[in-house]
Amino acid sequence: MTRLNVLLHEMVPDHQIMTPEEVAKLLADYDITEEHLPKMYHDDPAVKACGAKPGMVICITRKSQTAGEATSYRLVVRRPKK
Amino acid sequence: MTSPKRIGKIEFGLLSPKAIRDMSVCKVIWPDTYDDDGFPYPKGLMDPSLGVIDPGLRCKTCGQKQGDCPGHFGHIDLAKPVIHVGYTRLIRKLLRVTCRECGRLLLDKEEIERFSALEDDPYSAETIGEKDIKKERICPYCGDQQFKINFEKPTSFVEVVTETGEDGKVHKTEHKLTSADIRERLEKITDDDLRLLGIDPTVARPEWTILTVLPVPPVTVRPSIILENGQRSEDDLTHKLVDIIRINQRFKENQDAGAPQLIIEDLWELLQYHVTTYLDNEVAGCPPARHRSGRPLKTLSQRLKGKDGRFRGSLSGKRVNFSSRTVISPDPNLSIGEVGVPLAIANEMSVPVRVTKQNIEDIRSMIRIGPNRPTLRDPCGANYVNRPDGRRIRLIAGVEGNCDTVAEMIEPGWKIDRQLRDGDIVLFNRQPSLHRMSIMSHHIKVMNGRTFRLNPAVCPPYNADFDGDEMNLHVPQTEEARAEAELLVAVQENILSPRFGGPIIGGLHDHISGIFLLTNQVKWYTKSQFLYLLKYTDMEHLPEPGKVEDGIPYWSNKQAFSIILPADVNMFYKTTCCRNCDPCTKDTYCPHDAYVRIVDGQLLSGTIDKKSVGAMDGAILNRIIRLHGMKRAREYIDDLTKLSIRAIMINGFSYGINDTDLGKEEYKQIRDVLDKAEADVAQRINIYEQGHLEPMPGRTQEETLEMQVMKELGKARDRTGEIASRHLGFENSAVVMAVSGARGSMLNMAQMAGCIGQQAVRGERIVRGYEDRTLPHFKRGDKGSDAHGFVRNSYKSGLTPTEFFFHAIGGREGLVDTAVRTSQSGYLQRRMINALQDLKVAYDGTVRSTGGKIIQFKYGEDGTDPAKSASGLPVDVKGIAESVLKEAV
Repeated sequence: MTRLNVLLHEMVPDHQIMTPEEVAKLLADYDITEEHLPKMYHDDPAVKACGAKPGMVICITRKSQTAGEATSYRLVVRRPKK
Repeated sequence: MTSPKRIGKIEFGLLSPKAIRDMSVCKVIWPDTYDDDGFPYPKGLMDPSLGVIDPGLRCKTCGQKQGDCPGHFGHIDLAKPVIHVGYTRLIRKLLRVTCRECGRLLLDKEEIERFSALEDDPYSAETIGEKDIKKERICPYCGDQQFKINFEKPTSFVEVVTETGEDGKVHKTEHKLTSADIRERLEKITDDDLRLLGIDPTVARPEWTILTVLPVPPVTVRPSIILENGQRSEDDLTHKLVDIIRINQRFKENQDAGAPQLIIEDLWELLQYHVTTYLDNEVAGCPPARHRSGRPLKTLSQRLKGKDGRFRGSLSGKRVNFSSRTVISPDPNLSIGEVGVPLAIANEMSVPVRVTKQNIEDIRSMIRIGPNRPTLRDPCGANYVNRPDGRRIRLIAGVEGNCDTVAEMIEPGWKIDRQLRDGDIVLFNRQPSLHRMSIMSHHIKVMNGRTFRLNPAVCPPYNADFDGDEMNLHVPQTEEARAEAELLVAVQENILSPRFGGPIIGGLHDHISGIFLLTNQVKWYTKSQFLYLLKYTDMEHLPEPGKVEDGIPYWSNKQAFSIILPADVNMFYKTTCCRNCDPCTKDTYCPHDAYVRIVDGQLLSGTIDKKSVGAMDGAILNRIIRLHGMKRAREYIDDLTKLSIRAIMINGFSYGINDTDLGKEEYKQIRDVLDKAEADVAQRINIYEQGHLEPMPGRTQEETLEMQVMKELGKARDRTGEIASRHLGFENSAVVMAVSGARGSMLNMAQMAGCIGQQAVRGERIVRGYEDRTLPHFKRGDKGSDAHGFVRNSYKSGLTPTEFFFHAIGGREGLVDTAVRTSQSGYLQRRMINALQDLKVAYDGTVRSTGGKIIQFKYGEDGTDPAKSASGLPVDVKGIAESVLKEAV
C-alpha cells in the first residue's frame, strides 16, 4: 500500500523528534516537567510519519502570522480510549 | 493555615438504600408539617430532629443552634420501588445489554476480550455501549431468547415479546415492566460485568437507581417562611414531599387491604409521578407539578439548573457591597478620566480610612459632619466608625445624634468609613462586559442631580449612549485595589485597545463635525475669536499671528488646532474626506484640503476629520501616545473635545426638513433618470419574455434578468444621489457629517433627497407574498421594478403605500439579523470566556493554565502585547521615519 507521507505536505509544519538531552534542556529552560508540555496523540498522522513513540517530545516549527516562524514542543502520549 | 491539596480523583456514586437509612435520623410518615397550635408533627416533614430553622431553638439531633446545625436527613420508606428519573438512560442501557433471565452481559468471552483494560492501565478500557450488542439475540450463557426493550418517556419500560405461534405466525405482545421487575433484573447483573460497562459496583449498584427509600432533605434545605400575616408558607420541596407521603400512605393501606391490581397499579403510577416531579419538574412527557396558584413547582433539579441555578447563579455569581447604579448622562466639561457622581450616592458610599496621629483632626471634622453632607461644597462626612475591637458605631446626624461624642472618642488605630469626595478613584462598568475596557477606573467628581455624568468621548469603549443606559460604579476599599485601579484600569491606560492596537477612545459625531468645520480650508480669526475657540484648553501663550492685515493680527484655523498638539508631532496622510483624485496633487496643493501635513506640531495643510480624531481611528492620538505616553494623550483628548465643541458652536450645526430640498432642475433630472431606468428595465423584461435574453455564464435566463435589473436600478439610485449631491455643499450639515466621517454616508443623503432605491431580502428583489406576485395590486407574473420593491420616492417626497410596504419588509430583515447575531455572538463569547478565563502570561513569556501547563511557548508567538503594539506590529516603522525625516514616507 502506498501511503502519503504527511510530513511532505506543504500545510504540515516541520516535526522533529528531540533527543533526550534537548528535552532535558527544554524542561530546564521552562522549569517544567513533561506533564506541563502540550500533548499530541501517538496515532496523530504526523507522529506516525516521523516515527515518534509515546514519551518522546516533538519540536514543531511552523509559519506564524505574527512572528514569521514559531516553535512549539509537544509530548507524544497514548490516545486514551473514550 | 493548611497547605493547598491536589485533588487526585473524584468518584461519583449512588446512595444505597442502606446508606440512606444509615444517615437518616427520622422515618417520616406523617404527611403534614405543623399542627393548628404551630407545633411540628412528630414523624412529620418538619420533625425537630431534622434540623432547626427557628432562631432560639436547639436541634433535637445535634443540640446546636440555628446557623450551626447543618440539618439532618430523614427518610421515607416507599410502598413499592419507583424509578429515579435521572437514571432512565442508564437503566435502559443496562436492560438492553444484559440477559433477561440470568443477568449476564450479552457478549461471549472473545467479544468481551476486545473491551478489556490493558494490564498497566485500568482506565484504558473502552466501555461497552448499547450499540455493541445486537438486538434480540440469544444469551450466550443460559441460551435464553432476548427481546426488544422499549423506553417510553418519562419512566416506563416495555418489553416486546415475540412468540412464534403454532400456526407459524409471529405474535408480538407488549409487556410492561414494573419497577420491581426492573429492579430484580438489575440485581442479577454481576460486578465484573458492571466494570466492563463503566460502572464501579462498590459505589454504584445499578439497582440503587430504583428507589425503595427516599431521603428527606433537612429542613434547612427547605426552610418555611413566615408571611406578614403570620402564616407559614412552605418551600416547594416540602409541598412535594407532602404529596409523596400522602400517596405512599394510601398505597400502603390499599396494599394491606388487598385492593384489586388495577387500583394498585394506578397508585403505583401516581407515586412514580410524584417522585419524578420531586426530582425534576421539567421532564419531557410529564406534566409539571403545579402550585395552587398554577405556578410550576421549583424542585430539586430546577434548583441546580440554568442561569439562576445553584452553580451559575449562586456559586459562580457573586453580589457585592460598595456598588451603585444609575442612569448616565453626558458632561463634556469633565475629563475623560472623571465621572460625575450624584451627592446622594457619594454620601451613601464610603472608603475606610485608618486614624493616625497625622490625620486625627481631619477625621474628627469628618465625623462631626456625619452621614448627611448637605451640599457639594461641604467637605465629606463619615458614615461609620470601626473600633479596633471590632465594634462598629453608626454615626447619626442631628441634635440627638452621636457625631460630636464619637469625634471626641476616636484615637489612632481606629478606622472610619469616609464618604466619597472629589478625586477618589472608582471602577465604572457597563454591561455587557465584553472586553476589558468595559470596566475602567475614573476619578469622581461629586455633582448635583441624580445621574452619573461622563465625557461622551469615553462612550465607545463602554458602547454607551444616553438614551436611558445605566451604569455601575464600585468603590475599591483597599490601598492595593486603589493602586491597581490607578495604574492598570484607569481610562487613560486603556485608550489603546488590545483588539486592533489603536485608540478606541476619540472624538464622537459632534467632535468630528466641529473639528472638520474648523480646519477645512484656511480661515482667519481675530484675537477674540481665536481666544473664544481655545478658552478651555491649556494654552500657555498666544502664538505669533499668522498674518497681519491693516495692522490687525489674524490667526488661522490651522494654528488653532496646532495649539493642542505637542511640538514634536510630524505626520503626513490622506484624510477621510479624500476623494482619491487622479492624479493626486498632495505634494503641491489639494483642492479638497484632504492631505494632512503636520510638521513640528504645526498643522500646515489638510482637514482634521474622522481619520485624525475619530474613535477607533485617531491617527494623531495614536502618534501622541507613542511619543508622549498616556497622560499627554488624555490631555489631548480633553483639549480636542473642548476645542471641537467650541468650533461647532461658532456657526451652530442643525438639520431641518428643507435641508433635503433640491432645485427644480435637479428634480427634473432625477425624474428623468428614474424614468429612463424603469423604461430600461421594462425593455429587458420584454426581451426576457420573448426568450431572447442571453444568459450569463452559469446562470439561468431568469437569474440573469434579476441581476441586470438589480444592477440597473442600483445605478439609477446612485445617479440620483450624484444629482442631489451636486446641489448640496458644505453649507448642508448632512454633507459635512458624511464627508468628515462623523455620521451617515452619501448614500443616506441620496435616500433623503433623491431616491430610496431597491428594497432587498437576502440580497434579492422582493418576490415573496402571494401566488406569482408580491401584493394583490400587481398582475401575476409582473416583473416590473415597482412590483418587486423598487422605491422611486425619497424619504422627503414620501412613499406610496406599496413602496412603504416593501420598505418595511426590507427593514424587518435588518432587525431580525441583528437580533439573531447578538444572541449567537453572546453565546460564543460565553464559551470563549469559559475556555480561556484562567490562562495567564507567565514572567518567562509563556502562556500557562492554572496548573502551570504550557498553552503557548511565547504569547501570541511573538510575545507582543497587542494593546501596546502599533496596529498589531511590534514597531511603528512609519511613525518613527516620519518623526525623523519630517516628510512623507
